[in-house]
Amino acid sequence: PQAFQIFILHKVLISRNYMGNMDMNEVDHFMPIMMRMEEDAESLPLVTHGSAHFLWIKHRNLYLVAMTKKNANAALVYSFLYKMVEVFKEYFKELEEESIRDNFVTVYELMDEVMDFGFPQTTDSKILQEYITQQGHKLDVGAPRPPATVTNAVSWRSEGIKYRKNEVFMDVIESVNLLVSATGSVLRSEIVGSIKLKVVLSGMPELRLGLNDKVLFEITGREKCKTVELEDVKFHQCVRLSRFENDRTISFIPPDGESELMSYRLNTTVKPLIWIESVIEKFSHSRVEIKVKARSQFKSRSTANNVAIMVPVPSDADSPKFKTSTGSCKYLPEKSVVQWNIKSFPGGKEYMMRAHFGLPSVESTELEGRRPITVNFEIPYFTVSGIQVRYLKIIEKSGYEALPWVRYITQSGDYQLRTN
Amino acid sequence: MEWANQLCENRQFGSKMTDSKYFTTTKKGEIFELKAELNSDKKEKKKEAVKKVIASMTVGKDVSALFPDVVNCMQTDNLELKKLVYLYLMNYAKSQPDMAIMAVNTFVKDCEDANPLIRALAVRTMGCIRVDKITEYLCEPLRKCLKDEDPYVRKTAAVCVAKLHDINAQLVEDQGFLDTLKDLISDSNPMVVANAVAALSEIAESHPNSNLLDLNPQSINKLLTALNECTEWGQIFILDCLANYTPRDDRESQSICERVTPRLSHANSAVVLSAVKVLMKFMEMLPKDLDYYGTLLKKLAPPLVTLLSAEPELQYVALRNINLIVQKRPEILKHEMKVFFVKYNDPIYVKLEKLDIMIRLASQANIAQVLAELKEYATEVDVDFVRKAVRAIGRCAIKVEQSAERCVSTLLDLIQTKVNYVVQEAIVVIKDIFRKYPNKYESVIATLCENLDSLDEPEARAAMIWIVGEYAERIDNADELLESFLEGFHDESTQVQLQLLTAIVKLFLKKPTETQELVQQVLSLATQDSDNPDLRDRGYIYWRLLSTDPVAAKEVVLAEKPLISEETDLIEPTLLEELICHIGTLASVYHKPPSAFVEGSRGVMHKRLPARTGSGESTESPDVGTAAGGSAPEAAPSIIPSQGDLLGDLLNLDMAPPTTTGPPPPNTGMQMGGMDLLGGGLDSLLGGDIGGSPAMGAGFGAAPAVMPASLNAPVGGGLGDLFDLGGGVGMPMGAYIPPKTVWLPAMKAKGLEISGTFARRAGVIQMELILTNKAMSVMTDFAIQFNRNSFGLAPAGPLQVLTPLGPNQTIEVSLPLSTVGPVMKMDPLNNLQVAVKNNIDVFYFSCQYPISMLFVEDGKMERQVFLATWKDIPNDNESQFQIKDCHLNSDAASSKLQGSNIFTIAKRTVEGQDMLYMSIKLSNGIWVLAELRVQAGNPNYTISLKCRAPEVSQCVFQCYEAVLKN
Repeated sequence: PQAFQIFILHKVLISRNYMGNMDMNEVDHFMPIMMRMEEDAESLPLVTHGSAHFLWIKHRNLYLVAMTKKNANAALVYSFLYKMVEVFKEYFKELEEESIRDNFVTVYELMDEVMDFGFPQTTDSKILQEYITQQGHKLDVGAPRPPATVTNAVSWRSEGIKYRKNEVFMDVIESVNLLVSATGSVLRSEIVGSIKLKVVLSGMPELRLGLNDKVLFEITGREKCKTVELEDVKFHQCVRLSRFENDRTISFIPPDGESELMSYRLNTTVKPLIWIESVIEKFSHSRVEIKVKARSQFKSRSTANNVAIMVPVPSDADSPKFKTSTGSCKYLPEKSVVQWNIKSFPGGKEYMMRAHFGLPSVESTELEGRRPITVNFEIPYFTVSGIQVRYLKIIEKSGYEALPWVRYITQSGDYQLRTN
Repeated sequence: MEWANQLCENRQFGSKMTDSKYFTTTKKGEIFELKAELNSDKKEKKKEAVKKVIASMTVGKDVSALFPDVVNCMQTDNLELKKLVYLYLMNYAKSQPDMAIMAVNTFVKDCEDANPLIRALAVRTMGCIRVDKITEYLCEPLRKCLKDEDPYVRKTAAVCVAKLHDINAQLVEDQGFLDTLKDLISDSNPMVVANAVAALSEIAESHPNSNLLDLNPQSINKLLTALNECTEWGQIFILDCLANYTPRDDRESQSICERVTPRLSHANSAVVLSAVKVLMKFMEMLPKDLDYYGTLLKKLAPPLVTLLSAEPELQYVALRNINLIVQKRPEILKHEMKVFFVKYNDPIYVKLEKLDIMIRLASQANIAQVLAELKEYATEVDVDFVRKAVRAIGRCAIKVEQSAERCVSTLLDLIQTKVNYVVQEAIVVIKDIFRKYPNKYESVIATLCENLDSLDEPEARAAMIWIVGEYAERIDNADELLESFLEGFHDESTQVQLQLLTAIVKLFLKKPTETQELVQQVLSLATQDSDNPDLRDRGYIYWRLLSTDPVAAKEVVLAEKPLISEETDLIEPTLLEELICHIGTLASVYHKPPSAFVEGSRGVMHKRLPARTGSGESTESPDVGTAAGGSAPEAAPSIIPSQGDLLGDLLNLDMAPPTTTGPPPPNTGMQMGGMDLLGGGLDSLLGGDIGGSPAMGAGFGAAPAVMPASLNAPVGGGLGDLFDLGGGVGMPMGAYIPPKTVWLPAMKAKGLEISGTFARRAGVIQMELILTNKAMSVMTDFAIQFNRNSFGLAPAGPLQVLTPLGPNQTIEVSLPLSTVGPVMKMDPLNNLQVAVKNNIDVFYFSCQYPISMLFVEDGKMERQVFLATWKDIPNDNESQFQIKDCHLNSDAASSKLQGSNIFTIAKRTVEGQDMLYMSIKLSNGIWVLAELRVQAGNPNYTISLKCRAPEVSQCVFQCYEAVLKN
């Protein structure tokens, strides 16, 4: 796809000048810089032309570019650009050339609302949808007013929401990031957890979430229970941060619908859930032989689903042959990997796979990096950290009863094992 | 903050479905058709037409011709249509200012609409229209909107004040909007507070001395309260504003830190980084033995690590900032080495930054792991990354002595791979390792020599040559090796030539008997056949030394080299402090102060970390130097003495061309070689009796026959060249604009003659140059660069010599100068060292500028202030001068001086003697006060100068003399 882009015309799709004193034509320098960097196989998210600085991100084939001539807050800019992508996706399902063109009036309206003079304003798409709609409005009757939520301290939830049945669904999702050296020692092992909410609650409910948080249990003197030491926790805007800082209470008025309430990170070294041993032997000009052993290192009552083990092969390999003790293999030449799929992989099991590829007699001169083996999997009803939701208290002044539902799942994150 | 936002795409428009139907192709009659549709009676048709207009505008077509027709659609009851018309106005009002006035009435009406959305929309849009006539009408509606009952309108109006200020600052001040804006900081609504803070910060940034934000414990408390309630973006505005405050003592500092720490748990990375900025800054004030200090250090690590799970662009910003934080406070992340290990799928810019931080964190405790990783990286495929990994191994060796042996053997393994660029990088770093640990690893030299032929990069060739010269006595065929390089001497780059010259001289001093011929060959190549002045000068020095005093030559050339430091590319401490104050911003990503890349940031003060003050200690204005608080301009030290080394700087010009991004390449020791010779060696050169001692080196027995003839003449000239360099030609300070003098004679610059002068015209400092080509060939590619100087003078643009300069041609060029360049105190103060480059070479000269060109137009001080300041400046700072033979009366003198921005504030006559009181303001904010005494009939004036920076007095006096006498 990279060579493809050089031949097509690049131009600005839509733009907004938040500071009247800037020359919008400066952006014409941007695409040439991008193309030049691509040719040199370079990449930098921040590029300069003269006194103009371009901060950009790429979404599909769209560049979202912010241009400034001042010492702008770069972290804010990138974070805002990603937020815009989110807003556009909420509005138009997908952010792509077509959706922008098909909705350019709304896009302009949104751009006018989410930022003023370079200061980000309201970027919560649920709230924006209350007053920037995709239908035209008559001013006198029924024109929307800015919802009080926009400027409220609770800027993420509007008042007067009503449901017949009040429920909260919680997903506790843990991703395991793993980096293993070619010699088989674990270089990094990290768990990144996330608690996602789907809130179906009326009114302005107050929620309190209890976890088996080690620090909390120490404060309250219950050290015997099994606890989890959260290394770093990040919360949604709705959580009262000072309260958490003081007594580790997670209290909040939730946004309506789906949101990520919190994420956390743990550095505790756990046994890698799926362990791979591999031998990749390359006989130049003739063949590559691959032997892979996969072992599940969790309790046998759990099962990993949709396990996919991607093993790199040279890009000029051909005539694949596979043999597996379970599951099936597929050669994906576009990615230069052989993918070994195992639908269901119970704990404490070990499977084997062998692959054989031919190599052309004329070796390609292109140097290939030693790509790692990567693994995808998910293990339902299980958290690798042992985190538990002890309670979720829901209090609303109307006094309704609401049920919380909790699901746990562990999945692969960035799971890499280097090869020789 | 200023930025526009754009979406670019990489295909042209087609058209199908929904809104996209408006993007139809251009036809000739399109504008006319649109005009008709815009004036249609049917509302729906009108709206469709406006959409088409906006669509055309979006794809960059000029639809400004439809201005009146679109504005006519403004009075509509359709919100969508109104927004589109407003959008159109924002785009085209500036090009049609007279017609834009047509829109004013609707704007004003909309500002009073019952719907707050419309009121806000109107005031927001009006602020974006940069047309004077519109802004005049904006004042009244804005005043109302600032006090609107609806917070949505107030928050929009708050931002509008900043917009208006950007267009017309005076108007905003006159209308009292700044006070209203300040009041909004106490607004009941958090979003209004946040926007007011943002607007005030933005305004304060362009007026550093305005004391607008007026941060004090009370207002800080308000901000900290609002911090808990506003949106993520509002939190960033407030945190960035807090970072400008300097607490009065460590207790206040701690209490702010305590209230800011919870922000480290925010999901938005930008909130986290801004909180880190506040904490890093305020921490500076906490005593290190305080328990809380330790707690805070511990709290900073986890959020910094988590930033590495963010999107790649944010990771990049985080890593560039972590690089600063690690330099400032290495203890925070010292146990977190592993999180910086590179992943295969990291973008290359993330990989390179991680590598940098790994080296900074490398220590004896983790070196084994680090080396294993680096070795892994060195066998990857991305060339830049591999090179950096190889260099990193060398830096580890230098940094952690215990690991040096392992590093060297790792490097040797890598050399065995024979991958060309790996070998070259390895040799460059091994040279540094040799320097750090002399006489330890020379056993590997043989292996290195095997790879001699594969070196094609100057840096690697120079490194190898250095090694051969340095260890000539242990390499049997050193002479052959060096001789092999000599064949293509003139094709080599300067650094290789210089290195080869030095290496052969070293070889000669070590093995004089076999290498006479070689040394003569290289000396003659360097002095006679080369037109590079550096090379020639170094050649002459060696030649002279060898022929007069070989013992001294040995002392100079084979002198002990200074040890190279462990950390090679640390950021200079004052810059580091400034960058810490800018965490999260572009400055922190570039590792450059904002003044280096933001236009018009002249006069903006450099941010500093606060000094530690105990609770009981002085509470007097410690916030000097912060953007918010600087009270008196004089208080900020403007002339910063620095360790800067001119020779180092000048050599840098040709050794390491400034790179646009990324940290500078590690010091390779090559530059050190150069400085050794000219810096350290200089004393012994001058101290030794040049030309005196007849003691000839044993090996030079054969030389004299050749020497005298070829030596005498050029040596004089050559050394003269060298030592004259700093002296320059005495600049006569004749007139307001001194006459042009020759700065660089043609004979010193291969035929390029430069003469010039300085002038201040309409507030712009200009260097006016005449370039004459007295050589036979055409000169092109002119560029100019200044060394650091006392007032930060720097070219404000490139040297505009657009056409090649033919033989005997002359061109006059005017180069506008800025005063935002790097500062270093010079002696004399107004000395300026200049490097001019053309296609032939780089030439250096120095000149002196009349300091009067730095006198700014707003240098007239208020009488009261003048009196107070005069008293306030200690008498020690007063200097007195005589101006002789001046025949002007006091009024004529006064008006003449005024032409040079020396302003007379008051005149007093006592006993026939006129006393003139004058003030001058320099471009860097220094004030000079003067008292000029003129006695009727006496041609000798007396002048007393008082200034907080008394160093400038002498130069100022010279200006008086020059102005008055011309």
